Amino acid sequence: MKIKNIMKKSLLALVLFPCLLFTQFAIANEGAHLDRAPIDASNQDSLQRGARTFINNCLNCHSASFMRYSRLQEIGLTEKQIKDNLLFAGEKVGDTMKVSMNKNEAKVWLGVAPPDLSVEVRARGADWVYTYMRSFYRDDTRPSGWNNVVYDKVAMPHVLFELQGEQTFNHETHELTLSKPGMLSTEEYDTLIGDLTNYMAFMAEPGKQQRNHLGWFVLLFLGVLLVLTYKLKKAYWKDIH
Amino acid sequence: MAIKSVTERKSRFAGVLDGTLNWVDDRFPLTSNIKAHLTEYYAPKNFNFWYFFGSLAMLVLVIQIVTGIFLTMHYKPDASPLDGILGNPSVAFASVEYIMRDVPWGYIIRYMHSTGASMFFVVIYLHMFRGIIYGSYRNPRELIWLFGMGIFLALMGEAFFGYLLPWGQMSYWGAQVITSLFGTVPLIGPDLMEWLRGDYLVGDATLNRFFAFHVIALPLVLLGLVAAHLIALHEVGSNNPDGVEIKKTKDEKTGIPLDGIPFHPYYTVKDMVGVVVFLIVFSAIIFFAPEVGGYFLEANNFIPANPLVTPAHIAPTWYFTPYYSILRAVPPIGVSQFPGVVAMGLSVVIFAFLPWLDKGAVKSIRYRGTLYKKWLLAFVVSFLVLGYLGTVPADIFGQFGAWLGKADIATVIARIFTVVYFAFFLLMPWYTKRDKSLPVPERVTG
Repeated sequence: MKIKNIMKKSLLALVLFPCLLFTQFAIANEGAHLDRAPIDASNQDSLQRGARTFINNCLNCHSASFMRYSRLQEIGLTEKQIKDNLLFAGEKVGDTMKVSMNKNEAKVWLGVAPPDLSVEVRARGADWVYTYMRSFYRDDTRPSGWNNVVYDKVAMPHVLFELQGEQTFNHETHELTLSKPGMLSTEEYDTLIGDLTNYMAFMAEPGKQQRNHLGWFVLLFLGVLLVLTYKLKKAYWKDIH
Repeated sequence: MAIKSVTERKSRFAGVLDGTLNWVDDRFPLTSNIKAHLTEYYAPKNFNFWYFFGSLAMLVLVIQIVTGIFLTMHYKPDASPLDGILGNPSVAFASVEYIMRDVPWGYIIRYMHSTGASMFFVVIYLHMFRGIIYGSYRNPRELIWLFGMGIFLALMGEAFFGYLLPWGQMSYWGAQVITSLFGTVPLIGPDLMEWLRGDYLVGDATLNRFFAFHVIALPLVLLGLVAAHLIALHEVGSNNPDGVEIKKTKDEKTGIPLDGIPFHPYYTVKDMVGVVVFLIVFSAIIFFAPEVGGYFLEANNFIPANPLVTPAHIAPTWYFTPYYSILRAVPPIGVSQFPGVVAMGLSVVIFAFLPWLDKGAVKSIRYRGTLYKKWLLAFVVSFLVLGYLGTVPADIFGQFGAWLGKADIATVIARIFTVVYFAFFLLMPWYTKRDKSLPVPERVTG
């Protein structure tokens, strides 16, 4: 009985180990509260709006040099739509999203070269991107005049301030308040950033949808194979006692 | 008539096959090897759940080699910036994303390889645990255990070298930290470190040599050791959950162990079930959660390596964390971190001494006394707690540590469990001798 007990205990420990590991996440994000990004990979309208926002606003300074324009076909755009609406500087549909801004000059202008955003969501998480883009506030001590709640002393200025308006940050209550409204209402701006984040999540791994889809067939196949191999084993072992 | 001619044709075909086989057997010991290692290799009939992990380790090895070959066709070990523009991600980083996006089925091949790396350790740790609980390392299987330890060390090297290749932040800083450990060796340290890196810092030279180690040097060592591991196993025969030597009771006429069954077909069909169950877990990870919450693929490694920006928290991948915890837990002597490095090295190598540390009267945990079981439990708990602590910053429980003065409670816990970890091994001769074991049956039980 005792052997069984210790086996059970060690098995339990092996099972609990991963659970223990996952508690790290609660701790890792302790720094700032992150809002949940409305990610929906099946919402093609949202992804297309996000792609437009990304290409019009982000893709002037930030490259996405692993992302090909042609893959926007996977979110429902035709090659012609991509050519007519999203290519501005003579790129080909098969090209990756590069920027012409010189990295060395950008470093002089901004203090740091804007990072490539291809896999930004995989590095920081969608929630982080979603919260970050909504957490800029006025800070006159910063060279750009902007600071950010989730990324203190960030070099990037608030590019979309005309849309969001200006926020101020109360360092005692840790609250952001909209001090000067922009062209969009808070809800509209949140939707805009939600779509943008959704697109950036797609861009971080364009094959993800296909991978998830394929996974069910693979598991189904293995499920059938499991039944067959188990029966085969039973048949062979029936004379072993 | 028609039926007869079919049978005739069949027998002629069989005749050709037999002829070919005889032709080969006259020149190469094919049939005798198949017999020695499969059809007439008699394994105990009472293998349980824990005995799946040996064959699974072989499966993962094959997965890693095959996916590795295909990755090598597209991966570029080059730390220079993409398009030659300073500040761009490296060519190496870009080639991994190229595999993920532009190579047909590249993402599956890459995820199989990255998941395979972690699953290799899952399987190997369970395989080693099996060896520990059933005393599989003991006489006459000491060499099997030592070859296994060699495989374990080679595997750790393989994982470490491979982890640098994507050239992300964690790749870079992980390699920077681990290579700098060699810098703590008295006298020759700094030179040794530079020699290993091929540069003053981890750089292109390091990436290229790690690539060479990863794709050819260590795989060769691994394959050689696996062969030796299996040859030694098939020489002495497998242990089993009872720790009974099945070769002691043989059929008088045939000389076949009474409790032995041919590995093929019995264990080949049984291992196939294990393989499918494993593949279900493996596929679930690949297709639905290849990062496994940041443990199989760390989020920071999606940021291209930047020698100028040190990440706030550098953690090794999960399979190294128990030893990493021990490294951090051991206090420095003066300014030298060398004691921690030695303790870390020892915590891995000490497994190799198990055959000689264990003085118990029985092999299997089934017939051990409670004293051994308590120590084993303490060891398993230490291993898991140290493993967890290695994934988090050393000041993780800082908010609870007020009563300890300046010491972080996480560090104190790590120190306690480091002592328990080593005590399990170092006190083993004493407590296994003192342990009251149960009588071992003559033959294997169910």
